[in-house]
Amino acid sequence: MKRYESLTILESSCLQEGIYSMTLDARAIAQEAEPGQFVCLYTDDQSRLLPRPISICDVDREAGTVRLVYRTVGFGTKEFSGKKAGDAITVLGPIGTGYSKVSEGKEAPRRILVGGGIGIPPMLLLAKEWKQAGYEVIAVLGYRTKDTFLLDDMKQYATCYVATDDGSLGTHGTVIDAIRENGLIPEGAEAETVIAACGPMPMLRGLAGLAAERNVSAYVSLEERMACGVGACLGCITKTKSVDAHSHVHNARICTEGPVFDVRELCF
Amino acid sequence: MNTSVNLAGVTLKNPVLTASGTFGSGMEYGEFVDLSRLGGVVTKGVAITPWEGNPTPRIAETTGGMLNAIGLQNPGLDVFCERDLPFLSKFDTAIVVNVCGHSEEEYVKAVERLAETNADLLEINISCPNVKEGGIAFGTNAAKIEEITRAVKKVARQPIIMKLSPNVTDITEMALAAQNGGADAVSLINTITGMKIDINRRTFALANKTGGLSGPAIKPVAVRMVYQVAQKVSVPILGMGGIASAEDALEFLMAGATAVSVGTANFHNPRVTEEIVDGIEAYMKRNRVEDIHELIGCVK
Ligand SMILES: Cc1cc2nc3c(=O)[nH]c(=O)nc-3n(C[C@H](O)[C@H](O)[C@H](O)COP(=O)(O)OP(=O)(O)OC[C@H]3O[C@@H](n4cnc5c(N)ncnc54)[C@H](O)[C@@H]3O)c2cc1C
Ligand SMILES: Cc1cc2nc3c(=O)[nH]c(=O)nc-3n(C[C@H](O)[C@H](O)[C@H](O)COP(=O)(O)O)c2cc1C
Ligand code: FES
Repeated sequence: MKRYESLTILESSCLQEGIYSMTLDARAIAQEAEPGQFVCLYTDDQSRLLPRPISICDVDREAGTVRLVYRTVGFGTKEFSGKKAGDAITVLGPIGTGYSKVSEGKEAPRRILVGGGIGIPPMLLLAKEWKQAGYEVIAVLGYRTKDTFLLDDMKQYATCYVATDDGSLGTHGTVIDAIRENGLIPEGAEAETVIAACGPMPMLRGLAGLAAERNVSAYVSLEERMACGVGACLGCITKTKSVDAHSHVHNARICTEGPVFDVRELCF
Repeated sequence: MNTSVNLAGVTLKNPVLTASGTFGSGMEYGEFVDLSRLGGVVTKGVAITPWEGNPTPRIAETTGGMLNAIGLQNPGLDVFCERDLPFLSKFDTAIVVNVCGHSEEEYVKAVERLAETNADLLEINISCPNVKEGGIAFGTNAAKIEEITRAVKKVARQPIIMKLSPNVTDITEMALAAQNGGADAVSLINTITGMKIDINRRTFALANKTGGLSGPAIKPVAVRMVYQVAQKVSVPILGMGGIASAEDALEFLMAGATAVSVGTANFHNPRVTEEIVDGIEAYMKRNRVEDIHELIGCVK
């Protein structure tokens, strides 16, 4: 069940220039959240009305906490980054359908998690839960430079490979170059491999191409401008091959049917 | 204390409704609001057949408001009548169905079809500024408004509310045209056409280039228009545009609206409609107002 409430910030810190971490006292969300879901944050400034969707990066179900990691890009994220432990923030969540869409079971035990830049945060909770479920978890993380974030956290749950735009760490190039260079989808392993990805559109399109070429199933998390965050405004749609649940016109709502989609469903 | 009002022959337990397109058919907000506490739910515009709407981005934030260019995506009346109407019927609230169409015939067909349903009121959207073939031709031309009002009234079983566009020189002329055509009420305002440019991408923020401005930024324009229309027509007014609090709603009532719709504010606070119902009651208690009619149109 989604909740709209004012929550207390337990921790707020800068991970590297422009990338921040925030931990919330959010018992209800921590109980229910699944990897790939997100929350909407609201600014204190009453002239900025719309929600800022931010992925759930990690949860501690026992402690009742939720961690978010975000990049400061505009008014809202800059306001959030100025908040301190003890401050309050208005939150709606948990929202959306996450990676529970990926079928459970032994038929696909190899899980390749691909995160590009600020698409990396949701991969942390996914790696943790899939590792606990007994899958072989491989993470391919794309950064601009060797100034990484969340890499040590990821290493707890996954075998990590890094790609950087400037070649200062790992593969010089994209996450797709890193997958090829490291032979992460060996011949014959296609059927037992699943790719889960979040990142910029060119990366997701590239992965969709790779998945089609190698006949591997792939799930991606999409972004779109949102107004309601609850499936009512029809602002956040993506074109799909089959008819959608709401309007029956091939427009799935990223906030409701998504943000995670099977790439074969999308019109990339 | 009486908060109930009569909107075009339909009794509402209080004057607070939702604004079309911002509340779905109520389903998505049921987790946050007890729909039975609202005077009515106005549903997202629905047409005789499904509409795909516009490409994305469909939404842009602006200072104190937002632009939308959804393009009236809707599932069509078949799905709506099977899924949304039965859902809303479970609640003790008036059901107001917002209707859109590409042509006079489409409006008439939709109104005819809705005559067989338990919808309490129909709101005819002749003012959507988004769809090139749609609303705009009707909503900005008084003769057309009168003609289409007459056409839908001929087949309507429910009272008809004509929803007016603010994108005109004189909205009272449009309201009078609706009244002359036989409208049982008018609602205003729909969104104001606007544009935002994304200076980083050096292009329009919305794929549709223009969109409809809504939210607190448009409230003074809306209050002014409700007041002007209230001075000219005798049919009741459903007022809206930027209402985000009980105080905002009271301004519209005092300007002459019999009831109000709350739209964009739902996006900022999904519980806002119920809070406005509570806030109006608190204001009445504080100010010893026995009957809400003491407030409606009290500012002349
Ligand atoms: C499902 C989902 C999950 C996301 N998860 C994360 C995350 O974990 N970490 C992170 O750093 N960012 C994430 N984003 C992107 C994040 O929502 C935007 O960076 C943020 O909204 C920018 O807000 P702002 O006020 O700083 O920027 P402004 O440019 O001032 O925002 C103006 C408006 O545009 C919207 N907007 C701007 N950029 C985006 C965008 N990329 N996607 C959707 N709406 C946008 C804002 O919400 C706001 O309504 C996610 C987006 C989506 C849709
Ligand atoms: C996302 C969105 C979708 C809308 N869809 C419709 C619609 O389908 N039919 C309609 O008559 N008005 C529609 N409107 C207009 C609203 O009902 C209302 O007239 C307008 O937004 C002003 O009120 P507000 O400032 O409280 O939102 C829409 C508005 C928004 C923001
Ligand atoms: S944000 Fe409103 S439907 Fe997704």
